[in-house]
Amino acid sequence: MLIRGGRVIDPASGTDGELDVLVEDGRIRRLAALIREGADQVVDARGAWVLPGAIDIHVHLREPGQEHKERIETGTRAAAAGGITAVACMPNTTPAIDSAPMVSHVQQVARQRGAVRVYVIGALTKGRQGHELAEMGEMAEAGAVAFSDDGDTVMDAALMRSALLYASQLGRPVVAHCLDASLARGGVMREGPVATRLGLPGIPAEAETVIVARDVALARATGARLHLAHLSTAESVRIVAQARAEGVPVTAEVTPHHLFLTDEALSGYDPAAKVNPPLGSEEDRQALRRALAEGVIDAVASDHAPHAPEEKAAELDQAPFGAVGLETMLALVLGHLVREGVLTPMQAVAAVSLRPAQVLGLPGGRLAEGEVADITLFDPGAAWVVEPDRLHSMGRNTPFAGWRLVGRPVATMVGGRLVMRDGQLLGE
Amino acid sequence: MWPKHLLALEELEAGDIRQILDTADAMRQVFERPVKKFPTLRGRVVVNLFYEPSTRTRTSFELAAKALSADVVNVAVAQSSVVKGESLVDTARTFESLGADYVVIRHASAGVPHLLARTIRARVVNAGDGAHEHPTQGLLDLYTIRRRKGRVEGLNVLILGDVLHSRVARSDIWGLRKLGASVGVAGPATLLPVGLEALGVRRFHRLDEALEWADVVNVLRIQRERMQRGYLPSLREYRLRWGLTEQRLRRLREGVLIMHPGPANVGVEIDEAVLTDARSAVSEQVTNGVAVRMAVLYLMAGREREDGEAP
Repeated sequence: MLIRGGRVIDPASGTDGELDVLVEDGRIRRLAALIREGADQVVDARGAWVLPGAIDIHVHLREPGQEHKERIETGTRAAAAGGITAVACMPNTTPAIDSAPMVSHVQQVARQRGAVRVYVIGALTKGRQGHELAEMGEMAEAGAVAFSDDGDTVMDAALMRSALLYASQLGRPVVAHCLDASLARGGVMREGPVATRLGLPGIPAEAETVIVARDVALARATGARLHLAHLSTAESVRIVAQARAEGVPVTAEVTPHHLFLTDEALSGYDPAAKVNPPLGSEEDRQALRRALAEGVIDAVASDHAPHAPEEKAAELDQAPFGAVGLETMLALVLGHLVREGVLTPMQAVAAVSLRPAQVLGLPGGRLAEGEVADITLFDPGAAWVVEPDRLHSMGRNTPFAGWRLVGRPVATMVGGRLVMRDGQLLGE
Repeated sequence: MWPKHLLALEELEAGDIRQILDTADAMRQVFERPVKKFPTLRGRVVVNLFYEPSTRTRTSFELAAKALSADVVNVAVAQSSVVKGESLVDTARTFESLGADYVVIRHASAGVPHLLARTIRARVVNAGDGAHEHPTQGLLDLYTIRRRKGRVEGLNVLILGDVLHSRVARSDIWGLRKLGASVGVAGPATLLPVGLEALGVRRFHRLDEALEWADVVNVLRIQRERMQRGYLPSLREYRLRWGLTEQRLRRLREGVLIMHPGPANVGVEIDEAVLTDARSAVSEQVTNGVAVRMAVLYLMAGREREDGEAP
């Protein structure tokens, strides 16, 4: 297959130019201008960006146990539609992914029915209960790429310290969801003027920052690889910037919704804007954007968190936290952050491909001869409107409903095989 | 045009609020007639859907709707049926199918009236949602101030106590600010929410200073469970530091107006002698509540006729 005439952007090599990509046997065989070799199929990429397959390292696929919200099949189809070639899925399923057989089960279902690659993040503690370490060694052997109790914070600092030490020996990062349970208890949105106006129970910003500070201190002491999920406060950014300057092995991600929305999105009590961690202030949003541009935050990850419509159509304090994001992430990052001048095209591509791969030590994230052909084509000029009912995810809970976005993935290739072209998912 | 629903005073214009207060004046005169009824809502069904117990507000809405000749259904939804799994939206749709034209909703969660207004065709009146708003209480407070002081504009109104958890405080703040009053709050720092300054509210840290400033003092109820979450050390200490006690009453200015949305914890946030003092408008607030709620329903019925939905 020949991808012809696109603008190839590859952060690993610094390549940015009009090149053709020849794909054979699932790998990139040649990457050069005006390739003349014959190919069984030609993909016209003129006007589009050709980038390393986008990797979303924070996705909730909900299977097993919560198949009314999402399934591995539907979640990976949403990823393919969103231009994403690989996802790392979180272990807060029912039961939790906290053992080697569970890891293998998810991998097996993903191989059978997944539209894109699925990497499994195992639970840090048994049952995600925060009391005893899960069998991380066996899970690592079964293929778990990282460990996390995402959705909950390990509130026992001694246990978190042990978890970091244990995972470190296995060569796996720990992904921390940072929110102090006592400060966040009962909260629905970020504490501040908007929560006060709406009369909703607030979660103070320091609910995140005290745990970020704690976990950074533990990473500093143990030397373990710590990855901070979905940062949401300016103060967290300051702590991470200082820690990185001092050589602490910590990385961080941010979600598109924290880069584009503030607590004002809750005005009118939109349940799609109820997310964890909660949307912050404009100051937080600007600090997160700067941190991403400066490399203090490594990657953008969607925290795709689908829920059934009837679950979200409840009293706001009863409705579950979370927003879907697989199908809007690339438009927001590659389209809008670039057009707003926050990121260069090269930085934007790195934030959704090379950097997330490096954060979790995953293959991919590069376009080079010999690499596996995971490739995303993105049309930076295509305008579209986010319509919840047209999403491929089973979740309809997008806080961007009705937004007119400019920029859209137009092809998704996994291992040399097109799984999406012009918005149409392609079956086996 | 008068809004379709009454969800929050935040959403009303000053002119709308004045129109309600003027209409309430007319409604009060109905009580002085031998037949205390208007035909405005004849043939219309008003459902009082209360997810929290409230004798006072529920009765007030019931009397107001009946005085306008509506058929009134009172529904007290016990917590148990929430546990049984019938969702709020299902319940509201059921009553709509049974012919409800107006749903008066009281709920412990902020935003529930907005959720209903998005979901059902009936007109929604917020009778208190979580710590968000209690717009008819705010209106009756404004009405009471206007009757007693002759005006709202230019007055200094102090809201004293648990502002953090108070829907009354928020409706009062919006209504008072829109009608040109100055608003101050006082209470323990743990019970004053952040960002009140954004609503144009002044914060007092000493009660004596606040009381010297105030033309009107609205005393909020203190819930006993506030100690369990660490907001307060004890009710005793609350009374000593922030209670409107008999001793403090003596230091208040002669013309000060004292209000309380009720029901009061006598001996905690307010003393019996203060409630019964000539400067207290607490019992008048209750009477005014019916007139104000009649005014709200009357104006909503007018909007309904404009929309062409009247029978």
